[in-house]
Amino acid sequence: MSELINSPIWRDLFVNSADNIPWYAEFVRSLLRFVIALAGGLGSVPILVWLERRLLGFWQGRLGPNRVGPFGLLQPMADALKLMMKEDITPTNVDKALYYLAPAIALVPVICSLTVLPWNSSSDWGAVAPHLNVGILFLLAVASIEVYGVILAGWSSNNKYSLLGGLRASSQVISYELGMGLSIIAVLLMTGTLAMQELVHSQTIATNVPIPDSSYSIWTQSVSAGFWNWNIFKLFPFGLVAAVVYMISMIAETNRAPFDLPEAETELVAGFHTEYTSFKFAMFFMGEYANMMIVSAICVTLFLGGYTAPWGILGQLPASWAFFPPSVLNFANHVVIAPLWLFAKLYTLISFFILVRASQPRLRYDMLMHFGWKVLLPTALANVVLIAISLALQQLFGGIGHLIAVAIGGVVVSIVLWVAYLHWKARKSGDEASRLPIRRESVVRAIAARMPVED
Amino acid sequence: MTLQSILSGQGLMFLFFAAAAIASGLLVVILQNPLRAALSLVINLFSVAGLYLSLNAYFLATVQVIVYAGAIMVLFLFVIMLLNMGQANMHTSYRGVRTVAAFASAIGLGGLMSAVAIKGQAAVMLPAETMVSGSTAGSVEGVGKVLYNPSLPWLFAFEWTSFLLLVAVIGAVVLAGKRQQSSEGKA
Repeated sequence: MSELINSPIWRDLFVNSADNIPWYAEFVRSLLRFVIALAGGLGSVPILVWLERRLLGFWQGRLGPNRVGPFGLLQPMADALKLMMKEDITPTNVDKALYYLAPAIALVPVICSLTVLPWNSSSDWGAVAPHLNVGILFLLAVASIEVYGVILAGWSSNNKYSLLGGLRASSQVISYELGMGLSIIAVLLMTGTLAMQELVHSQTIATNVPIPDSSYSIWTQSVSAGFWNWNIFKLFPFGLVAAVVYMISMIAETNRAPFDLPEAETELVAGFHTEYTSFKFAMFFMGEYANMMIVSAICVTLFLGGYTAPWGILGQLPASWAFFPPSVLNFANHVVIAPLWLFAKLYTLISFFILVRASQPRLRYDMLMHFGWKVLLPTALANVVLIAISLALQQLFGGIGHLIAVAIGGVVVSIVLWVAYLHWKARKSGDEASRLPIRRESVVRAIAARMPVED
Repeated sequence: MTLQSILSGQGLMFLFFAAAAIASGLLVVILQNPLRAALSLVINLFSVAGLYLSLNAYFLATVQVIVYAGAIMVLFLFVIMLLNMGQANMHTSYRGVRTVAAFASAIGLGGLMSAVAIKGQAAVMLPAETMVSGSTAGSVEGVGKVLYNPSLPWLFAFEWTSFLLLVAVIGAVVLAGKRQQSSEGKA
């Protein structure tokens, strides 16, 4: 055993720092990191599907899948098996090349965005591409090409429901991408870095606790300084606003309820994937759920402290466990505790989004567009400007500068709300021409007014 | 370029992305189906982003993908889908414009080629750590420090470009608003 650990190949593969290892060791390391990321990312998909169906069942007062395996845990496997066994039907008159390409284009960017998500603070092993210093921009780039799969699927299927679903999806994703990008820019302003691991570090106190004799020794181990240092609580109202904007646009980006108009069953059959069966449908399904997991992971990394614990002590095994050598303890902190915190936060956030899906009705299409362009985008833009003002004033006046920026923000918000109130009042009192041709009066109330009340 | 520099990792990357860019660029012109042509343009934009990467310009590469491949081309596809231009039915009436465009691009390409031929060497490779204003060239800091430096000429151009975009946005709003008003008047 010790011979193996001290052999030069082993040291090259797992111990030496990445600066001076031969190319094959770098290759093997990259491959291993990628396998870890795939196992964590795509391996979560069945768990996520199961969790969603069980929780939905719980909140809707029914059981959910509970037959296959303990607690129905094997249900996603059974579903996947069923999907693969099904006959693969290609409708006539589809654009064959694009029809076959679309599911792959939907899935590939999702897997690509796994490459920059950090799961611990090691600079050699903490992510698939831990040295990429434009990590967030890479994520934005990948997120912006995800919509191609949906567009192509909708167009190539030669079905009007598919086409309408694809159109809705692309316009929705384009609209909400802006809010998402601006909330990410808010985080960039607050932290001043584009690299994902440094972003997590900026939400912690970094103490230099090297792990002896392993490749983990390069990066400082980040120890959580408490959850109030997370970006969601930074520059108080501004970080929270950015986080809320990100979360809303993230639900819209993944086409989930209440923003699931691209696949609204009552209007569009199943939207862009109406014509897809068997494994191609499974790829869309997998891409959708993996995407949901990844945008949640990005949210955790950007706003909720990433892989660090909410409180310093919780992120480490106690050093008083003297029966383990310190190197083992540190190794466990990195390899077990940090990813565990990441997953704990991730699944908490995802459960929240499942609750949103279970409790909120679907938006109308014009409401969706109005909300995206007239509420979310101006809010995010004003938030970015206010953060910049706050940072500039803090350089001049110190802590009071932030209060001044908050006061400016409060004044702006109250003026906007007041104007909106006046506008609403003016519209309400007559002015029928500016109204949408939709009956605003509640149907139930209208019927109730005509019916005699019987006691 | 010497043979050795071509066969290095950077050289191979350049060759791959350059070939992809040229091939997909040709496909944009040749393909009859507008949607496929637009998709070839997407591939072309990605290959150009790859060329930027081989020049160590990470920021430029990601911005190229975000802005062009992710936003503008999605809008192109959106319009193509909305007008349902699936069939090739639009290559009749633009012959005059086509001739002018072909001549203009031929002159531009010839100028570029002769410039490269006269200069003798194209800047396909950059040493890894070229420094600009104290930061690595191509990094976010490097681009920012060069772009927003008042003593360099690019700040002026940058600000005027943003002003131009603002004018375009306001113009679009005005045009759209006018149409809405007139249609309301008809109704």
